[in-house]
Amino acid sequence: MQFACACSARQMLYECNRNHRKIEQQTRRLGYWWRITVVMGSFQSLPDDHQYQTLSKNTGFSLEQIAILHNRFKQLSQNEETLRRDDLKTIQDLESNPIRSQIIEAFFDSRNFQNDGVGSVEEIGFEEFLTVMSYFRAPPQHITEEQREKIRRSKLRFLFNMHDTDNDGTITLEEYRHVVEELLSRSGALGRETAKGIADAAMLEVASISVGPMAPDDFYEGITFEHFLKILNGVEIETNMHIRFLNMDATVLCK
Amino acid sequence: MELKMFILVLGLLVGSGSPDIGPNQGKCSDSLDPGPQDQGNHTLTPQSKKNFPVLSFGYDHVRLPFEISLWVLLASLMKLGFHMMPRLSSIVPESCLLIVVGLLVGGLMKLVAEVPPVLESKIFFLYLLPPIILDAGYFMPIRQFTENLGTILMFAVVGTLWNAFFVGGLLYGVCQFEGHRLVNVDLLSCLLFGSIISAVDPVAVLAVFEEIHINELLHILVFGESLLNDAVTVVLYHLFEEFSSVGTITVMDVFLGVVCFLVVSLGGIVVGAIYGLLAAFTSRFTSHTRVIEPLFVFVYSYMAYLSAEVFHLSGIMALIACGAVTRPYVEANISHKSHTTIKYFLKMWSSVSDTLIFIFLGVSTVAGPHEWNWIFVVATLILCLVARVLGVVGLTFVINKFRIVKLTSKDQFIIAYGGLRGAIAFSLVYLLNTDHFPKRNMFLTAIITVIFFTVFVQGMTIRPLVDLLAVKKKQETKRSINEEIHTQFLDHLLTGIEGICGHYGHHHWKDKLNRFNKKYVKKCLIAGERSKEPQLIAFYHKMEMKQAIELVESGGGSKLPSAVPSTVSMQNIQPKKSPQDRALPQLSKAREDEIRKILRTNLQKTRQRLRSYNRHTLIADPYEDGWNEILIKRKRMMELEKKISQMNNYLTVPAPAPDSPTIARARLASDPQAWGLKSLTESIPTIKVDLASPQSPESFNMVDEIGKKGSQSKASEEEDGLTMKVPSMTKPRKDKTANEDDDKEPQQRLMRCLSDPGPAGEEDEEDEPFLH
Repeated sequence: MQFACACSARQMLYECNRNHRKIEQQTRRLGYWWRITVVMGSFQSLPDDHQYQTLSKNTGFSLEQIAILHNRFKQLSQNEETLRRDDLKTIQDLESNPIRSQIIEAFFDSRNFQNDGVGSVEEIGFEEFLTVMSYFRAPPQHITEEQREKIRRSKLRFLFNMHDTDNDGTITLEEYRHVVEELLSRSGALGRETAKGIADAAMLEVASISVGPMAPDDFYEGITFEHFLKILNGVEIETNMHIRFLNMDATVLCK
Repeated sequence: MELKMFILVLGLLVGSGSPDIGPNQGKCSDSLDPGPQDQGNHTLTPQSKKNFPVLSFGYDHVRLPFEISLWVLLASLMKLGFHMMPRLSSIVPESCLLIVVGLLVGGLMKLVAEVPPVLESKIFFLYLLPPIILDAGYFMPIRQFTENLGTILMFAVVGTLWNAFFVGGLLYGVCQFEGHRLVNVDLLSCLLFGSIISAVDPVAVLAVFEEIHINELLHILVFGESLLNDAVTVVLYHLFEEFSSVGTITVMDVFLGVVCFLVVSLGGIVVGAIYGLLAAFTSRFTSHTRVIEPLFVFVYSYMAYLSAEVFHLSGIMALIACGAVTRPYVEANISHKSHTTIKYFLKMWSSVSDTLIFIFLGVSTVAGPHEWNWIFVVATLILCLVARVLGVVGLTFVINKFRIVKLTSKDQFIIAYGGLRGAIAFSLVYLLNTDHFPKRNMFLTAIITVIFFTVFVQGMTIRPLVDLLAVKKKQETKRSINEEIHTQFLDHLLTGIEGICGHYGHHHWKDKLNRFNKKYVKKCLIAGERSKEPQLIAFYHKMEMKQAIELVESGGGSKLPSAVPSTVSMQNIQPKKSPQDRALPQLSKAREDEIRKILRTNLQKTRQRLRSYNRHTLIADPYEDGWNEILIKRKRMMELEKKISQMNNYLTVPAPAPDSPTIARARLASDPQAWGLKSLTESIPTIKVDLASPQSPESFNMVDEIGKKGSQSKASEEEDGLTMKVPSMTKPRKDKTANEDDDKEPQQRLMRCLSDPGPAGEEDEEDEPFLH
């Protein structure tokens, strides 16, 4: 059923495909997963078309990088047009990662798709995949202070969203504890015991740094994004949070 | 052989080191042969044998250690002196001042017809250099070092090679061109000279860069280069020295040279790593003899250095590898005090060595045999500067193609400008054999000139230049626990993303290495359950420890140091529950247990061990026992004080605020006890129900823990809720804490404006909401 739907939509979009400008508008506006699925479909048939260029413009990846990531995407989704959580869960390298679930969740969080969406989705298309990946691009060489700050904010926002699971704009103590517990989840009982203490100490630190002295009855609801920026002042996120995206296809080497 | 060498060195020092200060100046004018004029008493003894000499004089047999001590004393006093003149040391780097002192001392010795000592290469390489390098290796920021390893290697290997051949080749050209006196300088000795002078010196770099507080990236680039180029220098040095006696070079020799380079560098690292692992393994068993713990680190590292030198491997690389490998495991094994000891000893030794090196550099300048040749010296200086600039710019151009964080032109300038030369080059030239290198003295003069130029001109101007160019400086912040959490989170995140991307970048390999380390290496090298401790927990414990110490050091004042989040209590971040189950004890239970555990392991263990006196236990100090008592008592007092002040806050804070009646009501609802009691017990005598009475031995831990955390006061907070008091009792106490409250006032007011009705102006109005 779903397949049929995608197919018919694909047909429809093939026609649109002739009009590039229209496609561009479409891509930008596409919000529903099935439509994106369709866009994906058209990719598969026309791998290095203007779609790539649009994506390249939106996400900043080079065409080669997009092609490589697209290959990986197809490999992960087993040549489907959308990626599900289960697909990511099968990745071997992720298995021993203590924050695996949070990483996977970040890919399905619509707050990270740059379209003002909220909530999590079941499946993502290649564009979303690429958008999430684009948070891990290195900053370009020559940028102004302003741009640097912008990049920093967007990267930190991504991290913040990973912690702020209920999207209320603050990382509450519960959420923070959860983060630390996950981080220490591979170290057994010892980790679980201490995780709480660490989270509490960290939260106290945030509260004391960002708010200052508090009366006994004041209540610090949680870390807001502004406070989050403040406590991570010492970490150069804009340069640290990146991975090297390959320009050559290496998927053959690392199956 | 070891012993022989030692004797040799001592002999050299006797020959070189002679006292220049103090009363014995005239007595040992001719130091080498203890002739009859040496000490009168000595020759007189056989004749006046009848009387037993009540006071005899025999300076000779203490000469050597005495003179060494004098030099060390001079060096330390000089260092001390500079730090008492903050204005001077803010302009001129210490290394310059020390060289000047050396020059003055040397001049003084020349004046009194003494032969000033020369910085002996053996002393330098065997005794003065290792502490500095070990200090650098042990405290090396490994993370930054590995992240920039490619760049550092590029500068250290390719950059040094380029410098050596550029300077050496062009110098040969200059020598040929200039004719007459320089014509007998052959190409090989020029290349040898070039390879010696092109190496950036770690001692000089450390001395200057530590003072200018440049950002970590630049620091590690220049400093890392200066450490790693040692292998290149060693190989080139031996290569050219060998060839200059043979005379010809074949392609095979070049190939062997490359192989030799790999052997020297990798061999050095392997030797260092082996000794490092041995040191770590040994420290696993030292828990019963804490006194000698620090010694293992020093001895094993020194052995690593000497072993590497035996095979002419790079001793510096061995030391760096040894220090870097040892540290994480040893730190987990040894006690906190041993760790402090290691830190201080390393710092002390390295700073004394550093001082001595610079002073001796000055003295040797006066002493050394010089052969001044304007053309050669000026050509060397200019070529060095040009080669450095060209090398850095050219290499950066290549490196930047691969780097994510590009090196800006400012960075390049600082890297080029920070290429200071120092005592290693001097000592290497000094080692040259005059038979093979007839121009050794000229080389020596040229090297000294270059060293002086870099240390004085570049070293003095680099600070204003850094300010002028607005190069990013080092942030002096302590690492907070939040940063640690997020750094780790980021590491895992990036590893995960690489996994999703399906290619293995360096995060992947780092993760693999970490896991291997945790799974196998740590188990072998770290004793007890600390081997399983993840990094984050280790960091947390360390931080706790530091806070505890800070708390103690902050003294008796009830105010905690601002670094400790004392002003925010657990209650502030705890999610508010409904009034019924806001009873916190249940929540604090887990914490309490955990803290008890920590305390049991940290505090009580030491207390138990204090009982018996033993020469080999460090802490067998009766005073310390008492000190602990005082500590606990003081903490208890502080806690009480705090409790009282908090309670007063509790009572005084919620005045009716016109703008937030809902909040006020909410507060009332949440704390009916406190309010109800307060209004009811106007005339009832005090009944203080203190859940954790400080008198009971059990509550020790509790109170202590609270003080230690500086923040875990929620338990006591809760107790306050049960405290009944008459106003007459609370009044004086309030006065006591009034000052404290005043101090906090401005910030607090701001705070309270946000969520609370603000501090009550009047006591009387406070009860209003209850009265109607």
